[in-house]
Amino acid sequence: MPFIPHTEADVRDMLAVIGAETIDDLFDEIDPRLRNVSLDAIPEGASEQEITRLMRERAGRDEGGLCFIGAGAYEHHIPAAVWEITTRGEFYSAYTPYQPEASQGTLQVVYEYQTMMCGLTGMDVSNASLYDGASALAEAVLMAVRANRKSKSRRVLLPKSVHPFYRQVARNICANQAIDFEVVDFDAEHGTVDRAALDRWAGEDVTALVIPQPNFFGALEDVDALTDWAHDNGALAIGVVNPMSLALLKAPGRWGGGDGADIVVGEGQPLGAPLAGGGPYFGLLCCRKKHVRQMPGRVVGRALDADGCDGYVLTLQPREQHIRRSKATSNICTNQGLLVTAATIHMSLLGPEGLRRTAATCAANTRALVERLTAIDGVSRVFDGPYFHETVLRLPMAADAALEALAERGVFGGLALADHYDGLNDTVLVCATETKTAGDLDAYAEALAAVLETHAAPA
Amino acid sequence: MTEQLIFERGQPGRRAHAQAPRQAPAVDDIPDALARDSDIGLPEVSEMDVVRHYTRLSQLNFSIDTHFYPLGSCTMKHNPRACNTLASLPGFLDRHPLAPASHGQGQMCCLYELQEILTEVTGMDKCSLTPMAGAQGEFTGVAMIKAYHDHRGDHHRDEILVPDAAHGTNPATATMCGCRVIELPTDADGDVDIAALREKVSERTAGIMLTNPSTLGVFEQDILEIADIVHGAGGLLYYDGANLNAILGKIRPGDMGFDVIHMNLHKTFSTPHGGGGPGSGALGVGSHLRKFMPIPTIGRRGDGAETRYYWMTEADLPHTIGRLSAFMGNTGVLMRAYIYARLLGRDGMTRVAEYATLNSNYLMARLKDAGFEVAFPDRRASHEFIVTLKREKSQFGVTAADFAKRLLDYGFHAPTIYFPLLVPECFLIEPTETESRETLDAFVEAMVAIREEARADPETLRQAPTSLPARRFDEVAAAKRLDLAYDAGSSAAA
Repeated sequence: MPFIPHTEADVRDMLAVIGAETIDDLFDEIDPRLRNVSLDAIPEGASEQEITRLMRERAGRDEGGLCFIGAGAYEHHIPAAVWEITTRGEFYSAYTPYQPEASQGTLQVVYEYQTMMCGLTGMDVSNASLYDGASALAEAVLMAVRANRKSKSRRVLLPKSVHPFYRQVARNICANQAIDFEVVDFDAEHGTVDRAALDRWAGEDVTALVIPQPNFFGALEDVDALTDWAHDNGALAIGVVNPMSLALLKAPGRWGGGDGADIVVGEGQPLGAPLAGGGPYFGLLCCRKKHVRQMPGRVVGRALDADGCDGYVLTLQPREQHIRRSKATSNICTNQGLLVTAATIHMSLLGPEGLRRTAATCAANTRALVERLTAIDGVSRVFDGPYFHETVLRLPMAADAALEALAERGVFGGLALADHYDGLNDTVLVCATETKTAGDLDAYAEALAAVLETHAAPA
Repeated sequence: MTEQLIFERGQPGRRAHAQAPRQAPAVDDIPDALARDSDIGLPEVSEMDVVRHYTRLSQLNFSIDTHFYPLGSCTMKHNPRACNTLASLPGFLDRHPLAPASHGQGQMCCLYELQEILTEVTGMDKCSLTPMAGAQGEFTGVAMIKAYHDHRGDHHRDEILVPDAAHGTNPATATMCGCRVIELPTDADGDVDIAALREKVSERTAGIMLTNPSTLGVFEQDILEIADIVHGAGGLLYYDGANLNAILGKIRPGDMGFDVIHMNLHKTFSTPHGGGGPGSGALGVGSHLRKFMPIPTIGRRGDGAETRYYWMTEADLPHTIGRLSAFMGNTGVLMRAYIYARLLGRDGMTRVAEYATLNSNYLMARLKDAGFEVAFPDRRASHEFIVTLKREKSQFGVTAADFAKRLLDYGFHAPTIYFPLLVPECFLIEPTETESRETLDAFVEAMVAIREEARADPETLRQAPTSLPARRFDEVAAAKRLDLAYDAGSSAAA
């Protein structure tokens, strides 16, 4: 029996101790009408060898392809040690550190993670992580509504330059919380928050302004001005960042002329999580110390034990659902523990110099890619202005068809934006991380040139 | 034994050289005003430092791989290694979530089949895999119940009934969905108080959230009657799958009358708990809730060699409650659950419930015989049961927490303590099906030995643990003087 150690003698003896005849007797309190189940649609069990063969065959089908898609999930090199250590059974098969004396490994990892996140973002405190970047934005919005006591409007300004999926998730998770999400358009020239559109809300009661950096188009927002705008209008500034970019970009804790952003969230995936078809990733959430009690999710703090030695515990638990029940700051009762373990090991291996080199190589590769692609007739950048490691290109044909033809040539050329933005037909969001070589960039350019040529001169 | 922080090991200029690009190309087009102007705040250490440090930290943990971990309601069973190895094949791991579906048919086929397997084993109409944890599965379920009523014009239905023994996420979820929580009392046998339920249902009832077997470790005997009462009042039934391991393949939530359920794949389908996540809260729905399912969910077109799997979007499900994660939920967790389900097969699933229940009833009988008081002595245990140590507390002046801490010294992870809140000084004990009889017997011996210590010298328990990397912590002081990040005298200071 897979994963069950009992011998026939065990079962016999155990039933005797219980005073039951058969295992089925143990279910005799349950209405007999419920106890006649057939599971025909489920296959018979298979051996590990059989499953291995099946999974290798299926994984093989999905292999290959040169990936230039970003849009919130990024291909990075993950050092071998990261998952070798993360999948040690002591990390992999432990649970939430309810007994701190028996969980110091997990707890210290989270404390180190929180410290690294504070360092990267320039914020005071970090939680132990949330599910992913999009749900972290939803939680940040709810947190801002709790934390900004001076604002009564529950109005949150959500620029269109924020990832479209993040905007959807924030709306869906906050759907029954009477949050008034207001869209702020982007500037057609730069692809960044349109200052005139934002200024329409100047002087109004605004609870929070969401500031993406880099934004969904890869473009760099004028974060200083936006943060100051928020604070001048009594709103909290919620930063949405890519942690990898922070090696090159100003820490959100230093945005603007005052104390910086109030809450910072982001997708942690670039820090050691494989793409894996969409998850598991993790959401980072940091804030100013004065808002710490409004923060959702788990937090680890340093504590002293009975011998006066330093150690780590889950702290601020009175905010959480198991104590506060219907009045909790969130219903969240886990973090993405294993991903945080991987991220902490990943950041330790990279260190400040490794992170800087990785981020700079991403930026340089994307610039080199853009140079190659815009050298092709009819291909141009849609927005000008500075960017990190992604940008939007216009193609001389429908983007969907171009991407499909590129995929047939083994190149995943980016994300078509037509489905997400009116007026961005024939455009793709492209990204080249540090994993790409000059040869890879050439391969993309050659494939695109061939696709466009075929399109221009159909057989 | 303690381990210094990674930040304390570093030296300026030291680093792991092989893991990052060989150079940092110049990026000179980022305006100064937007560029980094402060320390990055990461440690500067070598490869060896990192490997040794985190390996040593891992050794400070209890885990399923190293210890019996009878944490009630958490289903800490063996996590088969094949699930990790095979879910980590490069074809799956390297796949970008927005890569064309035509190049992800291998993975999508697995996920589609997982939806089908979960649908069958729960007796529901359809499954969606997107919720990223149990609590998000709960949120999804209640949001769908709201959407169902709103769609029918029943906008006034905003009350969610929750038994007083429920996990705290239930009321917290109801609140997040904009509902009012109505608490239901429990009767002396541990079942929902039916008379109180009849009183509290009304035209404002949106639904009820139930765990069955309940958090009290017993199967809700009147479940069919409860379903009739709630449905009769126009409400829907939500099943919290926290305890699905107790009935997997034996009893199905769909047959009990539940309209929407979530499953904790990190419990019942043995995906790793990972020190507190990632989980997965896959969702099952009845046919009347199908159109409200979250996206993306996987659909299938064609048959045989023509079979194609695709992501369902708003176009396929115009009444969907929408997207709840940036991409596809915790896909890697789902792949592990799929592999586990295939290894078990249909007979293996039924055996999960049978042997989890056998182990639980055996351990309950042994502890009862050894003189411990169980909360519901006349009931069958489900996959877990409750021991109350209130007698030990009054006789020896030791608490459930003291017992729990001493168990750690004996090499057992403590059961869940002080939950559910209804039973004083309680242990919620869940042995799971993957533990051998010898392990259960050793646990009983430890409990008896600890009680002897409590009798002879209760201070032994109050001082416990004494053999672990740390002693008991002053958690009150830690919450008062918050120290949430290491202060190296840099911008990392909190």
